[in-house]
Amino acid sequence: MADLTDAQEADAQRQITYREAVAEGIAREMRRDPAVVCLGEDIGEAGGVFKTTSGLFKEFGPGRVWDTPISEQAIVGAAMGAAMTGMRPVAEIMFSDFLACCWDYLANEIPKVRYMTGGQVTVPLVVRTANGGGLGFGAQHSQATENWAFTVPGLKIAAPSTPADVIGMMASAIRSDDPVVFFEHKGLFASKGPPAPPDHVVELGKAAVVREGADITLVALASMVPVALTAADRLAREGIEAEVVDLRCLVPLDVSTVLASLDKTSRLTIVEENPYQGGWGATLVSVVADEGFGLLDAPVRRVAGECVPLPFADALEERVIPTVDKVVSAVRELAAY
Amino acid sequence: MAPTVSGDELLTLYEQMAVIRRTEKAAHDLFLSGLVKGTTHLAAGHEAIAVGASAALRDDDYVFATYRGHHHALARGATPEECLAELMSRATGLCKAKGGSMHLTKASAGMLGSYAIVGAHLPMAVGAAWSARLRGTDQLAVAFFGDGATNIGAFHEALNLAAVWKLPVLFVCENNLYMEYTAIADVTAVPRPAADRAPAYGIPGETVDGNDVVLVKETVARLARRARAGDGPAVLEAETYRHYGHSRADPATYRPAEEVERWLKHDPLDIARGRLDRLGVSATAIDAADERATAVVQAAVDAAKAAPAPDPAEALTDVWADGGSAWRT
Ligand SMILES: Cc1ncc(C[n+]2csc(CCOP(=O)(O)OP(=O)(O)O)c2C)c(N)n1
Repeated sequence: MADLTDAQEADAQRQITYREAVAEGIAREMRRDPAVVCLGEDIGEAGGVFKTTSGLFKEFGPGRVWDTPISEQAIVGAAMGAAMTGMRPVAEIMFSDFLACCWDYLANEIPKVRYMTGGQVTVPLVVRTANGGGLGFGAQHSQATENWAFTVPGLKIAAPSTPADVIGMMASAIRSDDPVVFFEHKGLFASKGPPAPPDHVVELGKAAVVREGADITLVALASMVPVALTAADRLAREGIEAEVVDLRCLVPLDVSTVLASLDKTSRLTIVEENPYQGGWGATLVSVVADEGFGLLDAPVRRVAGECVPLPFADALEERVIPTVDKVVSAVRELAAY
Repeated sequence: MAPTVSGDELLTLYEQMAVIRRTEKAAHDLFLSGLVKGTTHLAAGHEAIAVGASAALRDDDYVFATYRGHHHALARGATPEECLAELMSRATGLCKAKGGSMHLTKASAGMLGSYAIVGAHLPMAVGAAWSARLRGTDQLAVAFFGDGATNIGAFHEALNLAAVWKLPVLFVCENNLYMEYTAIADVTAVPRPAADRAPAYGIPGETVDGNDVVLVKETVARLARRARAGDGPAVLEAETYRHYGHSRADPATYRPAEEVERWLKHDPLDIARGRLDRLGVSATAIDAADERATAVVQAAVDAAKAAPAPDPAEALTDVWADGGSAWRT
């Protein structure tokens, strides 16, 4: 890196946390576009219960960052009305479990209004929410709920796994003329990664090959990406080279990248935090069975959550959701098939 | 009080109500002859609310309505032909035949949708009013809803948020005494389901004879001025009655005969006629307005019948802003 100054080098090595990336991603868009406004519970001066909106109130003030009552229907419904009339609201639903309180808006209103009005109305909004387990919050504050949204035509679904992706995908989500549900993973908030360059934009619906390998393809999302990467490192010591695909988005779903990887590896394991039944992995597997059957040399495996409410204790949670050990043993079996 | 509506203006409002009444009758007849499928929720009897309120609004204000929303779409500028074509599943329908009776929408006229989930649109109207504030305009948002909607959570969340943010939004309840088949009074703890609850949110709650187009116009105009001036939301409960059952499946036998009779005598068109008479508008002029309304709706029925069915390829458009529906690569 001889062509970099010391300062540039130090900057390049500075790591930011995933939670900082959320606020930075929103701030970048708020600076760029005055139509972007935020609303949600405790997001203002308090900076959000996960500190994911830290600094926004200070920089943009109460005219752009609005604290709401505990009214999930009003938050998302008002965001919808504002989006229909010229704004680009970013609504926060504190924990993704609470999406159930405003599910009407996500299932019946936001994704349908463009279609049922014959294209008259556009709803450019983002609903951000803290998703998933790993922090010991118990069954009503720990669910990985992206599959709820996955069943509804008309919603785009982002679930980044790195700070830089959070920023790049936040840019795409806020700029999108379509509604986007943006799942920020609670278990990743404290994780660190390289910062995003200025004007960093990650197109929605583009998966990333985050580790190359010729023996097996591991497809993962959000918190399962680091699990898959750690598993891949362990497997490499046994001589099994796994390619890890970070899906990044469920809608649009990047099937092409998955099929291209299978063309190389011929073997597929999907790692998903949510329960096996109804999981996004099932849809991906069915598309692969339809369109990539000839690429496969082995059955596919899904390492997914058990079909129980997420328990509290670490030892119980580990039993329920995918772990590095579970991924490693599933891959070992497949590699030997 | 000096009349705020001239004879000429009232005649225009009367004619709009007559067009709505005849469009509803046409929808009813077309349903019976098998040309409208699914269901319809006719608003015959409610005309004065839509027409009176619209007369008090500006073209750039926003309106949100329910599945019983034909009258609002028409009052806001959708044509009978567009509406009937939508009901009859024709390509020329208001929403390209993707919406149907329950979703009549004309965004270009500020009619931002008819929503079939009871109460869902109240927070949206709050959001539209919030957006007006954020953009620095003095536009107003109006949500029309039924008495039944006042017992759903979204009503309460919307009123509180609108009040606490002091937004220019009017909540207009069309209280026709019934939900589907149940009297609202049987399942509600207060006698005036909308107006009585407004004060609990720090919002004024008024009632008005919803069958008198002049009173509706005057009341909405007053509340609108207040909201535009920054004094916050208001709830208006407009008392009215539906002439047909809840939907096409409902003969409305649960309603006492004397109640039906009393309300049919309190017809919005008759009330407007009486006012026109007192303002010195001739019977000939009123009859001519009726005839024009009949002719417009008949022409609309003929045009809608002659219009083509939608191209099946249209089923896969309009999900996303790019016009398409692709969910994967
Ligand atoms: C959330 C929800 N629950 C139930 C229904 C079924 N439903 C449709 S209309 C209706 C009655 C609504 O009555 P009201 O709000 O008074 O309006 P009106 O039909 O009298 O105009 C019901 C229960 C629905 N559409 N949405």
